Amino acid sequence: MPTAKNYKALLVILVFVMIFMALLNVSLGSVKIPFKDIFNILFQQSETNESWQYIILEYRLPKVFTAILTGSGLAVSGLLMQTLFRNPLAGPYVLGLSSGASLGVALVIMGATFFGGTAAAILVSKWSLVIASSLGSLLVLLAVLMASAKLRDTMAILIIGLMFASLTAAVVSVLAYFSPAAQLQQYIFWSFGSLGNLSWQEVAILSCFWFLGILIAISCIKNLNTLLLGEQYARSLGVKISRNRFLIIIATSLLAGSITAFAGPIAFVGLAVPHLIRQVIPTNDHRTLIPSVILGGAILMLACDIAAQMPGSEYTLPINAITSLIGAPVVIWLLIRKQKFIF
Amino acid sequence: MGKSTLLRSLSGVQPVLDGEISILNTSLKDLSPETLAQTISVVLTEQPISKNLSVTELIALGRQPYTNWIGTLSKLDKEKISEAITLVNLELLKGKRCFELSDGQLQKVLIARALAQDTPLIILDEPTTHLDMYHQAYVLKLLKKLTTETNKSILFATHEINLALQLCDKLIVMTKDFVHIGTPTELINKNVLSSIFPSDLIYFDNASVSFKIKT
Repeated sequence: MPTAKNYKALLVILVFVMIFMALLNVSLGSVKIPFKDIFNILFQQSETNESWQYIILEYRLPKVFTAILTGSGLAVSGLLMQTLFRNPLAGPYVLGLSSGASLGVALVIMGATFFGGTAAAILVSKWSLVIASSLGSLLVLLAVLMASAKLRDTMAILIIGLMFASLTAAVVSVLAYFSPAAQLQQYIFWSFGSLGNLSWQEVAILSCFWFLGILIAISCIKNLNTLLLGEQYARSLGVKISRNRFLIIIATSLLAGSITAFAGPIAFVGLAVPHLIRQVIPTNDHRTLIPSVILGGAILMLACDIAAQMPGSEYTLPINAITSLIGAPVVIWLLIRKQKFIF
Repeated sequence: MGKSTLLRSLSGVQPVLDGEISILNTSLKDLSPETLAQTISVVLTEQPISKNLSVTELIALGRQPYTNWIGTLSKLDKEKISEAITLVNLELLKGKRCFELSDGQLQKVLIARALAQDTPLIILDEPTTHLDMYHQAYVLKLLKKLTTETNKSILFATHEINLALQLCDKLIVMTKDFVHIGTPTELINKNVLSSIFPSDLIYFDNASVSFKIKT
């Protein structure tokens, strides 16, 4: 497609914006660390204040990587879902992945009380939440895949995903109703999402899933472009529809599932970034769209994280609230300015 | 009566209910999806096509069966695309996006996309619905022109029997009770056309080769 060249410059700009945001993110926080020292710590130039070193290397840097991985991963899975379902309202969680994850986590946190005190102490650790969340997502994923193997109509998968979301939400609310306040609060805090709790080891695991998901997404680029004509045309152009659908669902699940497991259900980014990017780079070609939503997602997530820390204060707001607070008005403004929305 | 089912079965979009379909002496089910896509192209109506696509982008997607894993257009691909644009007379529209086009223009673009797919057979499902009489004639004349200029076979379903009789080499008439195949003259001579519809409102006028309303 002829215009692809013009977008390369924009992509390069996005890369620089992302690097700038990442540096800004590292330099801001409740503890003030001079820029020179941050540079020294990052590039191991000379010995500096040890606690600063710890803050930068063990807290802020993993958080920056988590923000980049979650933002970009959610944005790509949002794009995949929007193209697969040919629906601008689709996002990474339309398959019901986050609902599955919520159910898993709710069972662990709030169900733990039913198993007694000692079990609760063992169950409610960071890793058990990650495992519960992954298992929950996996369960929903298997159900969706089984449904998608039976169905010829892709649209029905969308509705099945919504139904799973309602089902799991119902079970969670029953659990919540019988839970003591402390457990309830813990569950709600998980559902706010958080980027800051990941160790380097967890970041490494997350990035493995990220790479796998992105690789599968890249392998689907040609078929994603063909899907812009609708499934019937895609089939007539030699696309193996169900195999392609399976791959796209797997890629989305790897990305969104692992992100939810480690950072909680982060709303909005996956839905909004593809739309934001299409406003800046008006293309349909996934060869341009995928790299740009990767960068756009990372930038938005870094920006939201900066806002969530409320620079200059000691408080940190829940990331989930910030993504929507910043993102929603931006999308509304962009759409109103354009007046005509064509998907 | 079952036009769409027939066309969808012929084009391999839908599994056959009964019998066997073969093209160029090969059974349809023995063809890989890629080969099939290089043998038959389709023009369908009312598909959820992204209206953001530009005319050229949409036509370029017709080359997907020939491109590499990521869809890079080769020199030959680009030639075929501009050839299709010239054949269908879309030079003035090629920079436009699909939401800017009228129904008739979009139909032309979809036909150009099928041409770019460069298949010996093009199948169109009701290419003239939603078009006014002028554009119906325009699209069908275009199809006629393409058969002679590109040496492709074109098969389409239509309700416009009057237009089809004037332009087509062969017709398949499908009703609830029978299926007839033949040239327009053969069908007229066999009195097939006069028996398609109940005779209380319209009749087939052999002299003018068209259906007329009873007065």
